[in-house]
Amino acid sequence: METWEEVTFAGYILEPGNAESYKTGDWRSRQKPVINQEKCTFCLLCWIYCPDGAIIRKEGEVEIDYYHCKGCGICAYECPSGAIRMRSEMEGE
Amino acid sequence: MMARKVLALNGDEAAAYAVKQCKPDVIAAYPITPQTIIVERLSDFVADGELDAEFIAVESEHSAMSACIGASAMGARAYTATASQGLALMYEMLFVASSFRLPIVMSVANRALNSPLNIWNDMSDTMGARDCGWIQIYNENSQEVYDFTIQAFRIAEDHRVLLPVMVCHDGFVVSHSTEGVEVLSDGEVDSFLPPRDPVYPLDVEKPVTIGCVGVPEYYPEIKYQQEVATKKSIETIKEILREFNESFGRSYGIVEEYRTDGAEVALLTIGSISGTAKEAVDEMRAEGKPVGLLKLRLFRPFPIEALRKSLSGLKVVGVVDRHISFGSCMGGALNMEVRAALYEMKDRPHVMGFPTGLGGRDIRVEHFLKIIDELLMIAEQDALEEEYKVVGCRGPGCIGP
Repeated sequence: METWEEVTFAGYILEPGNAESYKTGDWRSRQKPVINQEKCTFCLLCWIYCPDGAIIRKEGEVEIDYYHCKGCGICAYECPSGAIRMRSEMEGE
Repeated sequence: MMARKVLALNGDEAAAYAVKQCKPDVIAAYPITPQTIIVERLSDFVADGELDAEFIAVESEHSAMSACIGASAMGARAYTATASQGLALMYEMLFVASSFRLPIVMSVANRALNSPLNIWNDMSDTMGARDCGWIQIYNENSQEVYDFTIQAFRIAEDHRVLLPVMVCHDGFVVSHSTEGVEVLSDGEVDSFLPPRDPVYPLDVEKPVTIGCVGVPEYYPEIKYQQEVATKKSIETIKEILREFNESFGRSYGIVEEYRTDGAEVALLTIGSISGTAKEAVDEMRAEGKPVGLLKLRLFRPFPIEALRKSLSGLKVVGVVDRHISFGSCMGGALNMEVRAALYEMKDRPHVMGFPTGLGGRDIRVEHFLKIIDELLMIAEQDALEEEYKVVGCRGPGCIGP
């Protein structure tokens, strides 16, 4: 990461729209959602409920965007078919 | 050189006249005693068409500083003035101005803080704001107020500095005392102070985000960058003072010495009280006592090297503060800072503090004679009994009344 000589003047952000490159998923602590694709019925409730838009809708299945997921667990709580489980971060993806 | 015009101006009027010649784009201010005259004069200049500036009559000092921050961030030359409670109300925004590295100039007519309600002079206001990241310049009289208001814009806007500057003068003693002030011509000010050249002006083609979140992974780097800039600004300040001196026949320094040749003890003063203290030094010198005086002009950044140089060889220094830093180890902030600066020096002088002139209490030559007697006694005994003693206060433990 940048040293004090390398960071921008007074911390100004000089490129517009750079929130896109801000990896907020590293705020996640302890647990993350993992999808069992075999149980998933593609009802898309998780996609609707996710407060961070971290569920990516793909052809016939959903995927978690760990780059932005904060690990809140709402998707797992709402999933009617028990396809999403919260697992420890330590278990690997 | 043609003789310059001399105008009868009090400290506030001197500030306003200098600001007019510096052509700010935006003035956002709220009147507060004893600074009110500055704001009144400037609004007159704008209303009379003598100054082409946006004058924003804000509803509070917090808003005054906020408006200046907005204006300065987009590239304008912004100015405000305040005192006492007004500065206290601004406190939150003072940090924002300096952390955004905005070259705002603010006059402060130093006044005590409530309570009890007091409109008179001491330095509780700006000394309390010493850690806000602003450059602080303290002036002794109207002439200095005029000269340093102009220099403040040059210092603030220099690309090696880019920091806000507080130009302080004592309430009433300077703000309301009329003196002859030798003013520069508009052309001279123009040549010394070119229009501001903002580094990141408002530009839709190059949008910039100022004031975003600084997470712990970045905050220290941004703050240390600011600290380095503040410390380094002292060299630029010296350079600008030299240029001003050479251009306009002045002789300002960041620390000024008065009759220090052969001095064994010295007073270290700040602001208008220096004039009274010099009288006492003269009286003592007439009696053959080895007494001198140092006047500190710059408090932030603190001129450590210059001070160490000026104080080396002395036996005792009496630091005259104009406020109390309650519960601190040394009475006042100036005394603490001076002592800390000298700590690693070999053969450092004894340093005793004299918080004085609180809430406008008149401090006369006699008070300084008593202080100097105390300093001479410390020199003789080569020992200090007390870290500080309040001057101008009735009752045990103080030098009064």
